[in-house]
Parts: sequence; C-alpha cells; structure tokens
Amino acid sequence: MINEKHVFSILVDNEPGVLSRISGLFSGRGYNIESLCVAETMDPLISRITLVTKGDPPIIEQIEKQLNKLINVIKVHDLTGTEFVQREMALIKVVAKSEHRAEILRTVDIFRCKVVDVGLEHYTIEVTGDEGKINAILNLLKPIGIKEIARTGIIALFRDPK
Amino acid sequence: MKLTGAQIMMKVLKEEGVDTIFGYPGGVVIDIYDELDKTDIRHVLVRQEACAVHAADGYARAGGRVGVCLVTSGPGATNTVTGIASAYMDSIPVVIFTGQVPTHLIGNDAFQEVDTVGITRPITKHNYLVKRTEDLARIIKEAFYIASSGRPGPVLVDIPKNVSVTAIDYKAPKKVKLESYKPTYSPNVKQLQRVVKMIKDANKPVIFAGGGVILSQAAKELTQLARKTQIPLTTSLMGLGGFPGTDPLWLGMVGMHGTYRANMAIGECDLLIGIGVRFDDRVTGRVDAFAPNAKIVHIDIDPTSIRKNIPVTVPVVGDCKITLGQLNKLLKKEGLSDLKKKRNKWFDHIIHWKSTKPLAYEQKDVIKPQYVVEKLYQLSKGNAIITTEVGQNQMWAAQYYHYDKPNHFITSGGLGCMGFGLPAAIGAQLACPDKLVVDIAGDGSIQMNIQEMATAAQYGLPVKVVILNNGYLGMVRQWQQLFFDKRYVSTSLEHAPDFVKLAEAYGAVGLRATKPEEVESVLKKGLASKKAVIMDFVVEKEECVYPMIPAGAAATEMLLA
Repeated sequence: MINEKHVFSILVDNEPGVLSRISGLFSGRGYNIESLCVAETMDPLISRITLVTKGDPPIIEQIEKQLNKLINVIKVHDLTGTEFVQREMALIKVVAKSEHRAEILRTVDIFRCKVVDVGLEHYTIEVTGDEGKINAILNLLKPIGIKEIARTGIIALFRDPK
Repeated sequence: MKLTGAQIMMKVLKEEGVDTIFGYPGGVVIDIYDELDKTDIRHVLVRQEACAVHAADGYARAGGRVGVCLVTSGPGATNTVTGIASAYMDSIPVVIFTGQVPTHLIGNDAFQEVDTVGITRPITKHNYLVKRTEDLARIIKEAFYIASSGRPGPVLVDIPKNVSVTAIDYKAPKKVKLESYKPTYSPNVKQLQRVVKMIKDANKPVIFAGGGVILSQAAKELTQLARKTQIPLTTSLMGLGGFPGTDPLWLGMVGMHGTYRANMAIGECDLLIGIGVRFDDRVTGRVDAFAPNAKIVHIDIDPTSIRKNIPVTVPVVGDCKITLGQLNKLLKKEGLSDLKKKRNKWFDHIIHWKSTKPLAYEQKDVIKPQYVVEKLYQLSKGNAIITTEVGQNQMWAAQYYHYDKPNHFITSGGLGCMGFGLPAAIGAQLACPDKLVVDIAGDGSIQMNIQEMATAAQYGLPVKVVILNNGYLGMVRQWQQLFFDKRYVSTSLEHAPDFVKLAEAYGAVGLRATKPEEVESVLKKGLASKKAVIMDFVVEKEECVYPMIPAGAAATEMLLA
C-alpha cells in the first residue's frame, strides 16, 4: 500500500498536557510526525494543531480515529484530498561574502522573500510559501553556503467554498 | 459555605453513589483520609497499591459499577500503574485518586513526587492534575462520567496536598458537559439493514462476542440474536458469560487456547459477526489466515477498534446493547423460519468437530488441574464468581468452568497480569457479599500478591483461592517444552512456601490435596467455610494447556496434544 503524506488540522483544548497526549499517541503507536505546529485560535480556550504525517490508508484511518478518541481533541480534519491552503515559513542564515551578496539578493527578490537581518558575513532570509518553494530556495542557496535554518512546519486551513 | 478540597471530594463521591474505596494512605492524602473517616464510605485497606486498583477492577466487574481507589503520591502512584494498565486494556471503569505534592513543589523533585499524570497518560482513558480547589468538584464529576460512559476505562485524578487542604466557597458544579467527548451509542440503521441481509444469506455464519457485551450488559440481547437466527456463537476470554456456556449453540472460547470447533468454525465460516471485540492477536493468530472466507461485520462502540487489526465488510459503531436490541427488532420483521434448515449442514460440521476433537484430558493417578476446575464447577453448580491469575490456571478456568451468566468470570485479559486474581476476588466479594467468589490461581501467580490474604482476613471476606500447584511457571514452561526443547530456564519454583501454613499465618484456612480422590472433599470443605481459604492442589507438574495455536500460526493450525 502507498505511504501517503497527510495534513491534519486538529482543534484541541488549550490546556497543559494536551500536546503530550497527541505526541504520546504518535510515539506510543509507532506513527510518525513529519511536522507539527500549535498555536491558540481566536478562542483562547482552543488551540489549532497542524500535523503532517505519513502512512498507508489503514494507518491514516487509525490516526484520525485515535486522535478523535482523545478527550481533549475537539475536531479532527484530514485536509489531504480536500481543497486547502498551506504555508510554511523558514528563516535561513546564509553565508554572505561580498562576492555573493548581489546573487543572494537577486534570489531573495525572485522568491519574494525578505532579508530580516544583515551581518558582516551573513544574511538572514525570511521565506514563506508551500514546502516546494522553501525546498527550491534552499537548493539555490546551498552552494553559496547555509549556516543555519529554522522551519515552522506546515500550517494549513480548509478552503471554504467560494 | 466554606469547604476544604477533601470535604468537597467526599461530597461529590457521595453524590456519585460511591460506597467503597480501595486504598492505601500516605503523607499527601492524610487530610482526605481524615475526611473519609467522617463519611459512611467504606475504606478497604489493601496491602499494596496495585491491588487497590485490581480490587476496584473486580468490584466494578462483579458489581457493574465504577470502582474507586485512593493512594498517595510517588510510590503510591507508581505502584498503581500495573492495576491501571490492566483496567485500561480490559476497558473497566475505575477512578483512581492519587495524592500529589503541593502545587508550589511540583517540578522540584520533592519527596515522594513523580509526574503521575505523565506516567499514566498512555494507560488511562483520561487523567487530570487538579491545580485549584475550585476545579476539584467538576473534575471528579467528569472523571466518573468519562470512566463509565462510551467504552469505559480508568480515569486518574491527581490531587496536590494544598488543593485538598484549601477551603473555598463551594458551589455545586453543573451537569457534566464535554464538547469534545460524545460517544456514539446508536448505530446507523442502514448498516444494520445490511447486516440483516447478510444474516439471511449466510450458510455458515458465526457470532464472535467479547467483553463489550459484558460491559454494556447485552447478554440477553446477544442470546436472543443467536437463538433467533440460529447462529453458533463463540466468545473471547473477556466475553465468557456473555452467552450461556451450556447452550447448544455454544462453540466454546476462541483463540490461542480456544476449542477446536470454535477455531475451525471461524476458519470456515462465510459470515463472522464480531460484537464488542477488538480482534486481538491472541484470538486471530496469523491475521491473513483469520476467517479467510468470511464477510466480517464488526459492532463496537469504539471506532478505533474497527479495522485496527482486520479488514471489515460492514462496520457498525454503537453500544452493544442498543445495537443488538435494534438488530433484533429488524430481524423480527423477517421470515427466519427456514434458517434452521438452511444451516443443517453447518451444524453437522460443527457437531463433527465437537465429537472428534472435544476438550479433553487424560485422567491419571496424579491430580489433573483440569479435573480440579471441573469439580469446582460441579460443586459450585456453576454459580461462583471466578477470578483468575494469569497463565495456565487462567486458561483452564476458561475452558473447564462453564459460565452461563455475565459478570461471573473476572480475569486480566488484555494486560495478562499475574497477581490480579486475589485482589480482584476481594473486590468482587465486596460487591457481591452473598456470592461464592473463587480465585483460580497458580503457585507462581498467587505469590505475586499473596499479601492480600491479610486484607481478606481483616475484612472477614470468605474468598476462596484454588491453587493449581505444579511447581512451575506453567505457561512459560509449556512454551519451553514445546518450542525450546524442554529447556526450563528460570521457570521452576523450587522454593515455594507451604501454602497451608501460609494461609493459617494470615488467619485463613489452609487445605491441601495431593491425590485425585482428595480433590472433592477438599473443595467441599473449602467452599463450605465462612472464612478465607487457600486450597493447595498438588497437580501434574508438566501438564499443558490444549488446544494451542502456536504464536504466529493460523487459528486452524492447532496443537491438540
């Protein structure tokens, strides 16, 4: 069976310990977490978790059911296969020697990112987009020299019908 | 009205109808114990905290209600882990109160501090750390509601010392309402209509029922369904008693040590109706060879049970009692009169399996463990509540005692934890003071929690312990005999205590039988006693439990002797 990537959007009680219930479920049952984002929603009592996982269809079905079974989980939405928008942000600290500065700025321009910090020897670039875009810019900057990166993991929302 | 946390706790426990708590005191729960003493709730002092949970488990199963435990922080809490895990695996409603160090010390590695909520998170249905006295009443109410509704299970409430000591203006909590927790009780009718059609079309159907039938008190509905549709029926270990073990439709238990006919019937059936089961590996054997020719219907209240281990043709999410009730109603409208005739061939098959490969053992001049269980069945007229330890004793108790009623067979099915039977018997005896309660034990298992004989003696509980004493950790020895060329590594129990003297030391009665002809008189004497009794039956040392499906084999590939 095919191992498919799935994006889950999960509404949970905004309480201590809830995240460990979710992560404990994944580690205890041997499921895998590719990325995970948590933050409060408009309602301060509720948080949204965007979680990316991989598995064959029966495993994905189990993951969705097991998540629903947790008392603190309010709603589980498997976004994969539906219309949804997704974004990820990365901060990339790239080596910026004088001979490369122009090329880096050109790349930043093409990808519509921002330089958010400048040093004598580096730029820190903020890039937002889907996973593909972030991987593309990382590939372009790699030969120049990437010192460090931080990625948020995917956040996603269901696309309401127009 | 100003009330302390401990007083609030007692108030809510009374409202929840709690009359018995199993526990063990300690520093951070001393205030709670002080308040407990002012109520009419009975406290049963066990001798080790795991037994508080096992006893509450037995109490819950025999009495059909929520069991309650109270223990202290640190080691008190960690000792409960085995009990909680067992209750969790078997979906038993238990509420466990653990003390915790005061909130300002949490995280400081204080004396007797552990992260109880962290440790018990994967083995509870839900758990709470109460941070403010104001939340205590609501949380306790939620705990009882969650433990007893949907698929039941243990819920733990961790109470820091300052939360139980602080006095607040008490306001009664509102009715429990949990946005995120709404179990599905009523099944989808369209799915049930599909099931009706499948039942009518099937030539070789089998019903496979489990612990869910006992938990939702659906034995009556199940019996009706099987008889009306003329479908032979087997159960898992947890389902024993959910269907009369003396009914002609009864196939015996299924699985690793199930009967030949039950396993063969599942191997050959064309329709398998799973009711309140989870298709655990001890039942299925090799999954791809399990019911290979059957359409499978799976009825369970927990959606995660469905399609977890085996693919299912028609899933039905719902409470067993409600679902079977509705299914029976739908079937009433159908003409079912020709079903019996239609299934004649199938019944011939089953009768052939039963007559050629029955459950059997060879009688010799040493006591056979199966014989002891059979005699116990006869002498107690099948009316005893049987608890078991784990291993060979558990399997013989399942095979040779016949259960006609639910809530009469109490065993640690999922976790399989030795040391369960005696404390569970204590709990069952407290729930059903007028019943005969017997723990069928091995000489290994009983030593795991033998200290609870003191609890039985202290509270005057006439529990009976039948030790099938073979001088071995019998089930592991059996595996070593069959699969490890009889290399009996660390399974011989050479230094056993004298169980008769041990019983007497605890203030109980001790009896022993060493020859087959002594079995009946020892049982008669033991069962008639008004005190706790240990009956030590010195049995055949190297007896094996048969049939047996070797691990990883297909269910139809049984070893028969």
